[in-house]
Amino acid sequence: MMWNNEREALTDSGKKALQSEALKGLVKRAYDKIPFYTEKFDELGLKPAHISSIEDIVKLPFTNKTDLRDNYPFGMFAVPMSEVVETHTSSGTTGKPVIGGYTKKDIDLWSEVMARCLTLSGTTSSDVVHNAYGYGLFTGGLGVHYGARRIGATVIPVSGGNTKRQVMIMQDFGSTILTCTPSYTLYLAEVGEEMGIDFKRLPLRAGNFGAEPWSNNMRIEIENRLGLLALDIYGLTEIIGPGVGNECEQKTGVHLCDDHFYPEIINPDTGEVLPPGEVGELVITTLTKEATPLIRYRTRDITALKPGKCACGRTSMRMERIMGRTDDMLIIRGVNVFPSQIEEVLVRIEGTEPHYRIVIDRVGSLDVLEVLVEMNEKMISDEIKELEQVELKIKSEIESLLGIKVGVKLVEPKTITRSEGKAKRVFDKRTL
Amino acid sequence: MQIRQVSVFIENKVGRIMEITEVLGESNINLRALSLADTSDFGILRMIVDNIDKAVEVLKDKGFIVKETDVVAVEVPDKPGGLAQVLEVLCIANINVEYMYAFFEQPKDKALLIFRFEDPERAIEVLSARGIQIAGGETLGIG
Repeated sequence: MMWNNEREALTDSGKKALQSEALKGLVKRAYDKIPFYTEKFDELGLKPAHISSIEDIVKLPFTNKTDLRDNYPFGMFAVPMSEVVETHTSSGTTGKPVIGGYTKKDIDLWSEVMARCLTLSGTTSSDVVHNAYGYGLFTGGLGVHYGARRIGATVIPVSGGNTKRQVMIMQDFGSTILTCTPSYTLYLAEVGEEMGIDFKRLPLRAGNFGAEPWSNNMRIEIENRLGLLALDIYGLTEIIGPGVGNECEQKTGVHLCDDHFYPEIINPDTGEVLPPGEVGELVITTLTKEATPLIRYRTRDITALKPGKCACGRTSMRMERIMGRTDDMLIIRGVNVFPSQIEEVLVRIEGTEPHYRIVIDRVGSLDVLEVLVEMNEKMISDEIKELEQVELKIKSEIESLLGIKVGVKLVEPKTITRSEGKAKRVFDKRTL
Repeated sequence: MQIRQVSVFIENKVGRIMEITEVLGESNINLRALSLADTSDFGILRMIVDNIDKAVEVLKDKGFIVKETDVVAVEVPDKPGGLAQVLEVLCIANINVEYMYAFFEQPKDKALLIFRFEDPERAIEVLSARGIQIAGGETLGIG
């Protein structure tokens, strides 16, 4: 079952024609309305008229996350604010967030692609969608909400937190589709099991899980414990939020909505486009978005593309599971964390170059972040209470910056391995 | 009169105190008094030694993080109520004790109390006024 047969099972030539037409429109809008792109094009001696088909996309410049930051808040908007009906931001907290703007038509587009994603997990108008993605600036909650509304399903906008109540609602309202991060799903399972709930007896049937990396082993565990079909959903704030793509029940890759989001895989070092099947950095062009269109946006996610018709009947480009990142970003409980953020806090508190180590582990089903900080001449005291205050200060400042709980532990100097050049500061012990 | 104390930051791990005492022993530094304050993760080893400058030097050399602090040593008769008498004086004068530890002086039948005060000058003044003996470096056998 497809939400949009016409668009999800396009022929090669049909898709190419559609993408080419959309790309021409995008390039013109970006060049005319966004000074950042006008300058970039002019530097390259490029005019919108030089782009006549989707194959010409390789002539276009890349857009980086730093470009979005440099043009904060509204520099990348292609429409006047009077046409913007909604904004969202990334969960990342390094300095300024990344903003996504939406016109009325963009919200329409978001509803359409999210309806496709939810249909990929079998959602219909008779379903009850238990949406435990956070509502607010984060795109997860409202993105799923719009898609479920478009399908005509019943949405429970339960958002994050208050897990026992979530389990109760799930049971009492007869939720059939679950949408949240995979780690929260396992936490829900844990809490429910403690409450004596047998999930397999609940009407839960399928779930769209994403916003953080997860593995096939986690999928198997979720499916076994909750008795549902667990599918991967992909998206990012810069592009639209959730809705860029979703797996079908074949589980052979994420079907990308490639009539709206054109994917490429590049060599992250050279920028060269790689052929299908090769692993590299995912680059996405938002072919149809109005408010914040992006040309060749470097997602920094590492994956590979799989063309060809799927057993489900779709011809949309598929994408392998995200295998890693080209930067040092960590995704912890759905929140983007950069080690540099933790370092900034330590520099501020210690007044010197800190030696630290970040350890991420998964305890039960929750990600746990611990920061080990080396004691130094400036921080040491002969009083326990003062050292405990230092620990607490580091902890609360990191927590207020990142918005997630962390453990902080003071350690002896030299406990943290020194190395030439870039020190290995991050130890991700999560086995996904 | 105040006495210099050296504190070392240690993690709660097997053998850490042994390593510190070995470093001091090898450098022929004698420990006069010591106390350990700890939490579940880390501790602070506080020591009075006979040659603090050298102790600080060798410990830093071995990569330990150390801090010097001034403490007050008080001498009391080694008999029941000895400490209580001192604490009572401090309490009446409303003097806050950050921490303290005690040890016993064998030949003299006296006990030595090491105090870290918020306001050491005033503590010394109050204790001396009540005839309580403040010990100097020579009493502790330190240079």
